Amino acid sequence: MKTILRIWVPALLFVSTGCQSARPVASTAPPATSVASSTTDLESLYWAQKDSSRTHFTPADVHFMTGMIVHHAQALVMSVLAPSHGAGPEVSTLTLRILNSQRAEIKTMQNWLRDRGQVVPEIHIDGLNLTVTGVDKHMMHMPGMLSQDQLVELDAARGPDFDRLFLKYMIQHHSGAITMVDDLFSTDGAGQDELAFKLASDINVDQKTEIARMNRLLDRLSGTSEGN
Amino acid sequence: MKSYICLPTGRVSRAGTVSLMLAVVALSLSACSPKPIAQSAAAPSATAPAATAAPSATASVTATAAKPSPDPRVGLKAGLFDAGEAVWNLNVLSETRPSASFIGKTNSDLAFKDHYAIQGNYNGIQVWDISNPKQPVLDTEYVCPASQSDVSVYKNLLFVSGEGLGGRLDCGIEGVPDAVSKDRLRGIRIFDITDIRHPNYIANVQTCRGSHTHSLLKDPKDDENVYIYVSGSAPVRPAEELPGCSGGAPDEDPNTALFRIEVIKVPLAHPEQAAIVSSPRIFDNLVAPPRHGQAPDDIAALEQARAEGKFIVNFFGQDRVLPDRFVGPMLAGFVKQRGGTVATAADSAAFREALPGIIKKRFNIKEDGGAGPKPGPTQCHDITLYPGIGLAGGACEGYGMILDISDPIHPKRMDAVADSNFSYWHSATFNNDGTKVLFTDEWGGGGQPKCRASDPREWGADAIFTLKDDKMTFRSYYKLSAVQTPEENCVAHNGSLIPIPGRDVMVQSWYQGGVSVFDWTDASHPMEIAYHDRGPISADHMESGGTWSAYWYNGVIVSSEIARGLDIFELKPSALLSANEIAAAKSVRLDYFNTQGQPKYVWPTTYALAGAYLDQLERSKGLSDGQTASVRKALTAAESGASKGALTNLAAKLDGLAAGSSDAAKVRKLAGVVRDLASP
Repeated sequence: MKTILRIWVPALLFVSTGCQSARPVASTAPPATSVASSTTDLESLYWAQKDSSRTHFTPADVHFMTGMIVHHAQALVMSVLAPSHGAGPEVSTLTLRILNSQRAEIKTMQNWLRDRGQVVPEIHIDGLNLTVTGVDKHMMHMPGMLSQDQLVELDAARGPDFDRLFLKYMIQHHSGAITMVDDLFSTDGAGQDELAFKLASDINVDQKTEIARMNRLLDRLSGTSEGN
Repeated sequence: MKSYICLPTGRVSRAGTVSLMLAVVALSLSACSPKPIAQSAAAPSATAPAATAAPSATASVTATAAKPSPDPRVGLKAGLFDAGEAVWNLNVLSETRPSASFIGKTNSDLAFKDHYAIQGNYNGIQVWDISNPKQPVLDTEYVCPASQSDVSVYKNLLFVSGEGLGGRLDCGIEGVPDAVSKDRLRGIRIFDITDIRHPNYIANVQTCRGSHTHSLLKDPKDDENVYIYVSGSAPVRPAEELPGCSGGAPDEDPNTALFRIEVIKVPLAHPEQAAIVSSPRIFDNLVAPPRHGQAPDDIAALEQARAEGKFIVNFFGQDRVLPDRFVGPMLAGFVKQRGGTVATAADSAAFREALPGIIKKRFNIKEDGGAGPKPGPTQCHDITLYPGIGLAGGACEGYGMILDISDPIHPKRMDAVADSNFSYWHSATFNNDGTKVLFTDEWGGGGQPKCRASDPREWGADAIFTLKDDKMTFRSYYKLSAVQTPEENCVAHNGSLIPIPGRDVMVQSWYQGGVSVFDWTDASHPMEIAYHDRGPISADHMESGGTWSAYWYNGVIVSSEIARGLDIFELKPSALLSANEIAAAKSVRLDYFNTQGQPKYVWPTTYALAGAYLDQLERSKGLSDGQTASVRKALTAAESGASKGALTNLAAKLDGLAAGSSDAAKVRKLAGVVRDLASP
């Protein structure tokens, strides 16, 4: 029994101190438990494993999640404008999808931070004004985000003009998200956390797909190909 | 219960090995042979399975089973291993927990060989002996972390996908700390499983984006090799880690890892020589692909609207009803332009005529619909290979593609469709004839709840197409009908066909939405015919879980549950599915199964097969009640030993009845089976 206890304790210590480190912590082997395989023991083991898997993250992962929450929040600011600004049917469908997906991802990222004992940013949107609690000021300008002037310009547009400007700015916005993912994966130790890896990969792929679609839509609406 | 020892045959952490080994072995002795978990009150007890021998042809359908309403899948009690359960038209044969090495780690995909189910897990693989599906036995647990550990098997070879940054070449569990590292594995691991209890790790093939999933192709013309199509969707690794990898756009770098899939050739005699042989660019020149157009119901609604005098406009190639709230202001503007104030009948008529021009101008639509030079997707999420018909279905970001794979090293794109609902397509399944294809939209990536009442039914659903001359035509969407909670990740995911003769039936996983069995024989009207679901893992927060894959294999449905382990079900007869149809499905036996390498089902000649077609004819009224009864009587007599001559007469009689039947093809099919029964 001593053997088993020795393996258990370090895992518990990790959990209680909400340990984070600059380099990923060496993952302990699956924690052993007592010999009985009753359902309660299995449940405890399950939750212990889950807790343990939430200890392998780096400051770069935290920075990514925090920054992406801010980034997504601005996509919401832009997307809710569609109905009142005469957006066409395709842009309308696109904004509905963006709103649904990115709201959900914001929640996932807030949960990720909360589960790891990090500060959880909260979002407040009032028209074009976005406030996010719990983040440094410099995090309000993540790659690809619009300036306040650009937001005002978008807000002034209607109908096809809105469509074209929305697409142009959202393409810029999505490209910024992809840059953030690239930064994450080029940082030592980052992205080892399974959920962080999955979220970052999904954002990478989803937004690249949407950029391609938006470009095609923009071509049709502009009556030009890019580069003309 | 047989006694044995589960050996953790994978590499374990170098630190504390001895004490760990003792602990794990002690644990394994008790945890290795999990008993089937007692069912909750909501699920029917796992009674003796339906007879596997062909049942008497007299029993056609059992008690009617209209879909339970209200749906018992709504409001199920939450819990990890004690959640409430709802089941319809299935028997739950077993529910088995993961082993200690794998609990709390994500269970992923399944592959099958002989009587084994090989279950991938982010921590490695588990091999279950399912020869008794009521009591699966864990024969092997191999610790070798990799996400997502998608698995395929062919003879003595096992292939495992890895894309995550923590996967190590040496199967270590400590992760890989550096952004550039020679220790990292992102690609395909190859094992020799001649001794399946002791998998032998023999080779790796590294790829630029890792392998999110892979598809194994056994070309019927080639017995010396198998091919692995690698689908990588994760970010490209730096060239310093794997030379030749580049994430640039193709006009910057023609060798970019984007815009292509990778094909690995595996010489069966020397699998350690497996290597990438081509990286076909199947995405080039994909511009403004045809959208899938409207479903028949949409078209009917449009005709109705036309008849009612509503205004129809053509937006981006699709006819739509102009919403009333636009008609008023637009018509008023039109009237004002001619100098009037009140709209007259003449105004209405003129407006109707002018409408297409107004729309075109307002939205600046080009004559040809627009076709910029922008390329399409950069990767496929999943490719299903169906060598039996020489085609593959690729779910490639926003596109569903049909590929010709008659030359496996150089797949050729034949058709591509995009979805006007901006679906992100994940995987493809063909029906057995190759006349239909289904693409799944894994909206939200599988980690999000997308089956809430507020989620549109066209999003996160299956899109069903008919397929003719390599061209696809959209028919309908299918989505799980039971509303799930915000605490349950839920969306369309992996599944396979169930070999019910004469029908297209699929079993599919929906994460915490559970397992759904549906009939898509009528491509425009898919219909659910069986299901199993549990309540959420947690009542108050979204805890990832649910079924990752649910596949039919040699008579049972096996489901890999992300958190809860391995569930095995069998079909239960109902008004929607007869005992004969189930027996005919069970008569199809495979030596191995990989869902992405779709096998072509062929049914052996049995009385169950004849009974199945007869039951279908009874259901569809292709034969009159009197005709059905007399055929059934003749089959029963023959089955219990009447002369073969009687069967020959029956076949001739059926041929005669075909011409007058509303379902002549099926009557002839039945005649064919009866003729085969007469001359074994």
